[in-house]
Amino acid sequence: MIKVKNLSKKYNDKTVVDNVSVNIKKGKITSFIGPNGAGKSTLLSAVSRLIKHDVGEIMIDKKEINSWKSNELSKKVAILKQANNLNVRLTIRELVSFGRFPYSQGNLTQEDWDKVDEALSFMELHEIENQFLDELSGGQRQRAFIAMVIAQDTEYILLDEPLNNLDMKHSVQIMKVLRRLVDELGKTVILVIHDINFASFYSDYVVALKNGEIIRQGPTNEIIEQGTLKEIYDMDIPIKQIDKCRVCVYFA
Amino acid sequence: MRNSTKLVILSVLAVVLILAFLFTDLGSNWDYILPKRTMKIISIILTGSAIAFSTVIFQTITNNRILTPSIIGLDSLYLLIQTFIIFLFGSTHMTLMNQHVNFFISVILMILFSLGLYHFLFKREGNIYFLLLIGLIFGTFFSSLSDFMQVLIDPNEFQIVQDAMFASFNNVNTELFYVALLIMGLATLYFLKFEKYLDVLSLGKDTAINLGVDYDRVVQRLFIIIAILISVATVLVGPITFLGLLVANVAYEFLKTYRHRILILGAILISIIALVAGQLIVERIFTFSTTISVIINFIGGVYFIYLLLKESRA
Ligand SMILES: Nc1ncnc2c1ncn2[C@@H]1O[C@H](COP(=O)(O)OP(=O)(O)O)[C@@H](O)[C@H]1O
Ligand SMILES: [Mg+2]
Repeated sequence: MIKVKNLSKKYNDKTVVDNVSVNIKKGKITSFIGPNGAGKSTLLSAVSRLIKHDVGEIMIDKKEINSWKSNELSKKVAILKQANNLNVRLTIRELVSFGRFPYSQGNLTQEDWDKVDEALSFMELHEIENQFLDELSGGQRQRAFIAMVIAQDTEYILLDEPLNNLDMKHSVQIMKVLRRLVDELGKTVILVIHDINFASFYSDYVVALKNGEIIRQGPTNEIIEQGTLKEIYDMDIPIKQIDKCRVCVYFA
Repeated sequence: MRNSTKLVILSVLAVVLILAFLFTDLGSNWDYILPKRTMKIISIILTGSAIAFSTVIFQTITNNRILTPSIIGLDSLYLLIQTFIIFLFGSTHMTLMNQHVNFFISVILMILFSLGLYHFLFKREGNIYFLLLIGLIFGTFFSSLSDFMQVLIDPNEFQIVQDAMFASFNNVNTELFYVALLIMGLATLYFLKFEKYLDVLSLGKDTAINLGVDYDRVVQRLFIIIAILISVATVLVGPITFLGLLVANVAYEFLKTYRHRILILGAILISIIALVAGQLIVERIFTFSTTISVIINFIGGVYFIYLLLKESRA
């Protein structure tokens, strides 16, 4: 389990994450929602030790994040950031093979290559595995990066807005993959997501942030609810039940 | 063409040039000339390798391809130190006072300056533009100070400063050469511990951390290694500001790979080729009427402008 306790982070006197406490359950999908600038990315970056927090505690499987050895933690927690610009030219297969670095330190064994192949299959990338990333569409690129994270084979997978720039079809495809990672492989997925309907349909838990604070958290059904959404987004969002799915009609 | 083939071609070219340098136009005094040339070739290989190697690492950890420690202030610091020593003690003192003291003072100050830059770059969540700015400001400041002192010193002394301004393989101090060799050897051995991280570091800070690199520690150690290598090379033969930039970028273009083992090897070979060819031109065509740093900086400077234009279009 990941436990965040009284976490705060400031940038030049501006408090960006403010006294946040949250527990992330194993084997579930937890979605972070909230307006732009709410501090979602900052929180995710702190939990994946990309940035250092100022105060508070982040426990990953009962051990404070700073007392983990870098290499050990990289076998436990993987993060995919919002923007992934590379300065080097790589093929999909090369990128995915980097996911094995925590285990192989660059000298991949047969077992590592097997994991690379599994990840490529999981994301249905085998056919284009030798294409260069800069020749791909946004959706293919995103799938390649997710494949790298899958090859890293960590228990916790953190994704910052993985649906950014994707069309409906690819968004659905990615969310289904995340669901399978949790249901079939027992991973724990934590993601930041803007489309609350995707959050509503695919996640087990939802955490809502605003101005650096958590204003609501709980099982999806309790958060995707008109009063709560009003609190988060300052919008009246009617909710319709279609079959088993709650749909937020936020267009008007 | 496969990368191994390309490396073989570069090696062959380097060896041919080295042999040409050693054995053409030998004349009858070969028992005097040959050892001198051998010494020269070894210093060329040593400094060329050190500069190529450290530029590639520097560009990988800063994730940019147009900056080198030489460009952002290290070379102008070197000139300032040389000017300052002559300004204070005079040239007679300096040559007598012994080159060893000068060597160590220069190397230590330059390493300290590099570590200061490192601090600005990484400890304060700064970005590459900030580093560029700081580097340019210091570089300009150092140059202006040197200019100022050069105006004040005796014209005869100024001649000595001017010699320091251009790299030269013609009179490398033999004793210092062995000291430099030892220091560079140790730095390279230490580097081998971190070699495996380079490919991952080229994917950027966040990805490197995600993949389990102890980022701050690794980058700091690499930076120290770079500082040592570049400082020692510069103090040994003088500043060749654009050499690192030139050979690193030619290596990227020619080898088109992200693998640092190949990139570093390629950059080193290209550096040796550029320097030996340059030295051949200086000695046999211009008969020493120009220096190698003029040639390298001319080609490298033009290439630098080309890179800037290319980057700004991208
Ligand atoms: N490196 C930084 N320096 C200064 N301010 C930052 C930095 N990163 C984020 N911020 C600020 O922190 C706030 C929260 O940012 P972020 O966590 O990216 O929000 P979200 O992902 O929820 O949109 C924003 O106001 C942003 O401007
Ligand atoms: Mg964000």
